[in-house]
Amino acid sequence: MAETATRSKPASGGAGKTRRNGTRSSGKRVQTGANNVFSGESPDTLRDYFRQMTLIRRFEERAAQGYTQAKIGGYCHLNLGEEATVVGLMSALRRSDYLFTNYREHGYALAKGIEPGRVMAELYGRTSGTSKGWGGSMHMFDVDSGLLGGYGIVGGQIPLATGAALAIDYRGGDQVVMCQLGDGTTNIGAFHESLNIAALWNLPVIFVVVNNQLGMGTTVEKSSAESELYKRAVAYRMHGERVDGNDVTAVNEAASRLVEHARATGEPALLETVSHRLKGHSVVDPSKYRSQESVDAARAADPVATFRARLIDSGVLDEDGAAEIERQAQADADAAVAFADDSPHPDVSTLFDYTYATPVANDSRRLPADPVF
Amino acid sequence: MGQVTMAQALNTALRDSLRADPNVLVFGEDVGALGGVFRITEGLAAEFGEQRCFDSPLAEAGIVGTAVGMAMYGFRPVVEMQFDAFAYPAFEQITSHAAKLRNRTRGAVELPMVIRIPYGGGIGGVEHHSDSSEAYYTHTPGLTVVSPATPADAYSMLQEAITAADPVVFLEPKRRYWTKAEVELPAATEPMHRAVIRRAGTDVTLLAYGPMVATAMEAAEAARTEEGRDVEVVDLRSLSPLDEDTVCASVRKTGRAVIVHEAPVFGGYGAEVAATINRRCFHYLEAPVARVGGFDIPYPSPKLEEHHLPHTGRILDAIAELQWEEDR
Ligand SMILES: Cc1ncc(C[n+]2csc(CCOP(=O)(O)OP(=O)(O)O)c2C)c(N)n1
Ligand SMILES: [Mg+2]
Repeated sequence: MAETATRSKPASGGAGKTRRNGTRSSGKRVQTGANNVFSGESPDTLRDYFRQMTLIRRFEERAAQGYTQAKIGGYCHLNLGEEATVVGLMSALRRSDYLFTNYREHGYALAKGIEPGRVMAELYGRTSGTSKGWGGSMHMFDVDSGLLGGYGIVGGQIPLATGAALAIDYRGGDQVVMCQLGDGTTNIGAFHESLNIAALWNLPVIFVVVNNQLGMGTTVEKSSAESELYKRAVAYRMHGERVDGNDVTAVNEAASRLVEHARATGEPALLETVSHRLKGHSVVDPSKYRSQESVDAARAADPVATFRARLIDSGVLDEDGAAEIERQAQADADAAVAFADDSPHPDVSTLFDYTYATPVANDSRRLPADPVF
Repeated sequence: MGQVTMAQALNTALRDSLRADPNVLVFGEDVGALGGVFRITEGLAAEFGEQRCFDSPLAEAGIVGTAVGMAMYGFRPVVEMQFDAFAYPAFEQITSHAAKLRNRTRGAVELPMVIRIPYGGGIGGVEHHSDSSEAYYTHTPGLTVVSPATPADAYSMLQEAITAADPVVFLEPKRRYWTKAEVELPAATEPMHRAVIRRAGTDVTLLAYGPMVATAMEAAEAARTEEGRDVEVVDLRSLSPLDEDTVCASVRKTGRAVIVHEAPVFGGYGAEVAATINRRCFHYLEAPVARVGGFDIPYPSPKLEEHHLPHTGRILDAIAELQWEEDR
């Protein structure tokens, strides 16, 4: 960080503000609805989307099981129902691009390229996990794949992602930051502060609002004065658009376009994906507050089942091919569980590691029997 | 009523307070239909309607700040923060406004509001879900900070907090939510700012609050059976203000004191208690005041939690080091 003291463009707004690209969208572009015709993706790409979506589905089912068996501690939020969104978004990023997410991030970790075993091991709190077992379900972290963290505090990741985009801006790299957040999170101050900063300073960050229509038990309509969430970008003169989050190709098209625009111009954007939460807020939530209508709508829109049907209808995949992908996904998820289960827990001797760069010699920074160094 | 959990006692206190005073309002994230993450507000929206118990957007600063504004206009809002660390986005509203308005307006403004915060560990939660954040609040003049340890106190203290004239940070020991006790509700226990003796003893005073009172009681029993020591346990109940007289009367009697809390020891609330004891009981002390607490680390992963949190073994070790005659 210290080696670059100058910024590639002025930080202030007004007259001093420059844009690498003078064009600016109106913030009114909307895309909804699944289109059943694939537009240009190769069959291999489509099959790979299905493979990844199925892996996430199976992985999350095993995670739920592990949680119920008390193999997983803390809290556990699943991407069930968001597989198309996750895969569509992640396929728009390069490995070198940065990703910040909320706590509902297992699928993102997998789709960003982290081995399923390391992700499951983190859930299991084992040393072979992405955060050596200390982060758990909500706090995955992997520099190599560009996952700069899942974050358990609602909105906590948004200013950080904006800062990473500012760092890219200083350094002059061509990476883009993607910052994932939920619908409910658009109501917290950090969201608004960050959007303003990103737009004011023209930073290459794509804010993705994964609108699963619920923040815990609260609907978007009950929590957001502007319930068409993509329009929130308008207040910051930022481009915003909405896409069907159950449609992996539509998500990928929109995300790729915005990511590449940010890469070329440094301009931020907001993308809202609309889908459903298939299960409770977290594994322990029986979602009693939820209407039968909402549950039925979620089931009917199941992105994995509908994509499978589309692939078979269009001849990209046959029944055997789909079954083989599903078998492999199950095997991969099972192998991840086995790997996690066989990995060691962090040792109590590591309790004091990493709190500071240099160990601090206070009495309460040691185990009772240990000497004060 | 019979066996009551702390969660039920809190729920009943809210219900009775809503009934008693139309100015009482309950709001926060998912406190309505869902009944709150710990179900403390269960059934209140159904019984009192959405005007009296309602969901807010996900916005802690907004929740606490609007409660401050309501309180300035004579309402008695009771707001819920879902977990200890989720209250930090509201820190500015709590410390800069709720705590200071009475003083800043030289008494022109009354701020009768309660901020309920489930706090502490012991439930296999993780970082953000297990913090002991009491010292952030006790270090802020203008805030009343209390923490009940039993279902009866949970009921009585929450009711009193709601009727109090000052803003109260009401810290609920989440690991004790499901602890049952034989209680007749409505229960009226000692006044909120009084510390109480939970177990009388003559050899050493254990001082605890909230989640650690039960732990201190276990340790006291173990000290009796395993080491023949007669341990007195003081439940502080109110952290700010601190009931110095009850604390000092006990320590003057026993001559030894151990403070137990889950929070990290460095800069923890125990330091304040120790300073008070040193100031007021110095000539009665047989040994330096000891503290047993969490380590100075961010809250660890579930498997390591048991090492981090004070337990009987660590409390007994601390007691053993209190310069007993037989060791001299
Ligand atoms: C500051 C803060 N407040 C409250 C919470 C508790 N909480 C966790 S997730 C959540 C709902 C978030 O909803 P949304 O943004 O829609 O994301 P989703 O869970 O649906 O993916 C809440 C209230 C938290 N983690 N942090
Ligand atoms: Mg949501």
